[in-house]
Amino acid sequence: MSQPIIEARGLAKFFQQPEGGRIEVIAPTNLAIHPGTIVALLGPSGSGKSTLLRMLSGLARPSAGEVFWHGRPLDGYVPNVAIVFQSFALFPWLTVLENVEAPLRAAAIGAVERRKRALKMLDTVGLDGFETAYPKELSGGMKQRVGIARALVVEPEVLFMDEPFSSLDVLTAENLRGELLDLWLSNKIPTRTMFLVTHNIEEAVLLADRIIVLGRNPGRIRADFPIRLAQPRDRKSSDFVAVIDHTYKILTQPEVQDVQPSQAAGFGTPAPRLKFQMLPHARPGSIAGLLELLADRAGSDDLYHLADDLAMEVDDLLPIVEAAALLGFAKLAEGDTEITAEGRGFAEADILNRKVLFREAALKNVSILRQIDSVLRTKSDHTIQDELFRDILDKHFSEDEAQRQFETALHWGRYSEIFDYDSDSGRLFLPESTAEVGTPSPLSPEL
Amino acid sequence: MKRPLRIRVLLSGAPWSIFPAGGWSRLTDAFIFAAGIALLYGMVRVAQSWLGPFTPQVEISLSPTALPRYAAYSLGRITVAYGFSLVFTLMYGHIAAYNPKAERFMIPVLDVLQSIPVLSFLPGLMLAMVALFPHRQLGIELGAILLIFTGQVWNMAFSFYSSLKSIPREMRDTARIYRFSWWQNFTQVELPFATIGLVWNSMMSVAGGWFFLMACEMFVLGSRDFRLPGLGSYLQTAASAGDTPAILWGVGAMIIVIVLLDQLVWRPVIAWAEKFKVEQVQDRQAPRSWVLEILRRSVGLDRLRQQTVAPLGEWVALCLARKPAIQAPRPQRPEWKKWVVRGVGTAVIAAVLYAVAGAVLMMAGLDGSEIRQLLRAAGATFLRVNLALLLGAAWTVPAGVAIGLSPRLARVAQPVAQIAASVPATALFPVVLLAVVGAGGGLGVASILLLLLGTQWYILFNVIAGAIAIPTDLREAATIFRLTRRERWRNLLLPGIFPYLITGLVTASGGAWNASIVAEYFRFKGQTISTVGLGATISRATDIGNFHLLLAATCVMAAIVAVINRTVWRRLYALAETRFKLEI
Repeated sequence: MSQPIIEARGLAKFFQQPEGGRIEVIAPTNLAIHPGTIVALLGPSGSGKSTLLRMLSGLARPSAGEVFWHGRPLDGYVPNVAIVFQSFALFPWLTVLENVEAPLRAAAIGAVERRKRALKMLDTVGLDGFETAYPKELSGGMKQRVGIARALVVEPEVLFMDEPFSSLDVLTAENLRGELLDLWLSNKIPTRTMFLVTHNIEEAVLLADRIIVLGRNPGRIRADFPIRLAQPRDRKSSDFVAVIDHTYKILTQPEVQDVQPSQAAGFGTPAPRLKFQMLPHARPGSIAGLLELLADRAGSDDLYHLADDLAMEVDDLLPIVEAAALLGFAKLAEGDTEITAEGRGFAEADILNRKVLFREAALKNVSILRQIDSVLRTKSDHTIQDELFRDILDKHFSEDEAQRQFETALHWGRYSEIFDYDSDSGRLFLPESTAEVGTPSPLSPEL
Repeated sequence: MKRPLRIRVLLSGAPWSIFPAGGWSRLTDAFIFAAGIALLYGMVRVAQSWLGPFTPQVEISLSPTALPRYAAYSLGRITVAYGFSLVFTLMYGHIAAYNPKAERFMIPVLDVLQSIPVLSFLPGLMLAMVALFPHRQLGIELGAILLIFTGQVWNMAFSFYSSLKSIPREMRDTARIYRFSWWQNFTQVELPFATIGLVWNSMMSVAGGWFFLMACEMFVLGSRDFRLPGLGSYLQTAASAGDTPAILWGVGAMIIVIVLLDQLVWRPVIAWAEKFKVEQVQDRQAPRSWVLEILRRSVGLDRLRQQTVAPLGEWVALCLARKPAIQAPRPQRPEWKKWVVRGVGTAVIAAVLYAVAGAVLMMAGLDGSEIRQLLRAAGATFLRVNLALLLGAAWTVPAGVAIGLSPRLARVAQPVAQIAASVPATALFPVVLLAVVGAGGGLGVASILLLLLGTQWYILFNVIAGAIAIPTDLREAATIFRLTRRERWRNLLLPGIFPYLITGLVTASGGAWNASIVAEYFRFKGQTISTVGLGATISRATDIGNFHLLLAATCVMAAIVAVINRTVWRRLYALAETRFKLEI
């Protein structure tokens, strides 16, 4: 049984840029998935979790490397797989029963047999009585039950799940997780491996026999470790908490220090091999909020606690913490966040002074803002089209990410009055007062 | 030009209570059966007439008893043309959506074809079709049908294409991972996803079809006078004869046909299409249709479906299932196929170049005075079209806003406006002309009125939709801040309806240019009335068989429409999408 079901060798995904450079989404990766396990793929957003899933399941073609199923290349082999999606991806014009029957219809199974199997599966996931309902009549949890039934009805060898519980409320998600685990543990389904993509650490530790942690920019495996806790797992047990803490530490350990490319790279001369500083997507207001909270708690706290107290997913909190760290307002160590002297100064300042402090920190630490500032100052009219900076970002990030990077830079720059922006004309310009004097003025009270 | 559909209001309220649930099934079954037979009979009669001997000058009877027959003929043409359009739409949209190479030129082509004035195709098309079937009525019928087809197909094709492009990725992934056959993919994913857009665009297209049909059922080409029996020719003959009762009968029949079509076809289809809405929650105010209720309740129809359609569908689905393995590597196209594709491509390009060269040579025959005449005509029509738009906006904006903001007014005004709007303007042209000329006006004034008649509704319905979409809290804020009437219009109402107004104006502008062909030149009571204009130039060139002038005028009009679309409307549209979009 040691023969892996899926094996990826040198699997990579990148996008070729028109100028010749390439944006790496997933760095060459080796991975083997063995039968009898639940594998959880954990990682922050933008780490290419879904891309990896799509390549392993045969939905997307890798840019390099190859995927083997039972030792045979995926190209030409038809794997027996099913996928459960975060958005359910049910067909709204088909009834619950028709939705579950659809994959069987594709498999050329006759009407009688089809109906029998679909009804049985609906019964298994607790949906009997809803056969003739349309998806829009169902609650989110019920919709995902249909999604699971539709996936299991084909008796897949591998069940892929892409954030299956993320769009459900906490209680519904908990309930559905438990039921799925029951199905798996009681061997009621012929599925031999479940592959779960998630950003919820607790969910991963609760379900998985093995956790793979992805890092981002580009996506790559940062850690891969087994979980040997017996099922069902007790959230309160010290072993469980220890695994959670361990996972948190891995996930929150600062990734490789960013190279500061701005001076070296300059404008217009892309240096694709050099890593560009990636801004975490956090708003200045959120950063200020986090720092105030930290200052209140003697300057340091565990990320797990912070997320818990704020009722936030770690995935949502992480960018804020990273942004604070990038600006030098906080330090990240071993899963703990610690406020720095600058951070404390910022937290205690009033609205106007915060802008000054943010500005200093941003110009010192954030290369794109420094670039914008220096260009605006050197130009005689103190204004420039945003295209220039969008182009620079486009060379280093995928289209969507470049857009998000620009928006984040815009938030930060506008907040700290490094520049102002006219969205109609797409021009960046120095705020009036800064252009003359060089100190920010309290023009926009927006947080 | 993309014409997003923002009009979603039609005749509402149906005689529900007449048909109580249960107990009626046998009667309704019998009725449905009878309706089926009637439909079949109508089809056979229409087919008979089409295959009959060629009679270019059918005598049009002005007796009201002839009207049902004429209505059936007109309806038959519309139906066949719509059938062609649908088939073409599905194929064109599919290829454009899935073949990136083809997409690159198919979509711009669609854009250009939409701006070509369809009516100027009429003479060439008719001559070709009559030459093709010299001894059968079919030729001239096909000409009319193809003309309607070219008038209605483009927005449908565009709608289907953009629907296919916007199918959510995960829905596609689902179809791929379970290896749906192309048939299952088409029937369970693509077609359902595209249905709502297709239905609304079909309604627009068929309305446009009536417009062209009324114009092309009776026209003169050189010495030949073509007449097709139908509602359009009836109305034109009646107006020509100055027979007021016949005109009233004709308009009445037209309205009845339109209302019946709405109640028996579009309402049920819209109510049925409701289930294809991709939404997470149920809409409480879903459109309903009494016809659809009857059809759904019919036991006989259900049994028929169970015994024929369902097993047939099952058989097709199973036959096609699992045939193409989507996961399999794409087989390399054999060498000979590549060459065939290249050969066909080269042939098409050569043919197009040849035709363009021919057209250029033909237009080179124009002399200076003709060119001057053309430019003057273009200028006159330009002024006329924009004046009509301005006049249209001038009354529809205040009226539309008033209707949109007052539910009480809307309940009364909307059904009336919808019936008025659904009567094809070309059917009314002879009537209006009769009135204006009777009052002592010339065609110069009358033509503006005629253009207005055809295009004002697009603006009105869009303005109503825009006014309805203005959020209540903004309106309340305006009241709280005691904005004066002027400030209210400037700061709230005009910006609020702007995107909708632009949508309406874009559609109206295209329609007005096209309508100028029939509005500026008229044969009436044995004489020709015309005014200076590009439309008149096209019509006159048609009339006297001056084909190089016809070609040149058509090209000029297409160019003007395309240029205006690109420079003015598209920009305003972009502005509307970014600056004036209400996002809360």
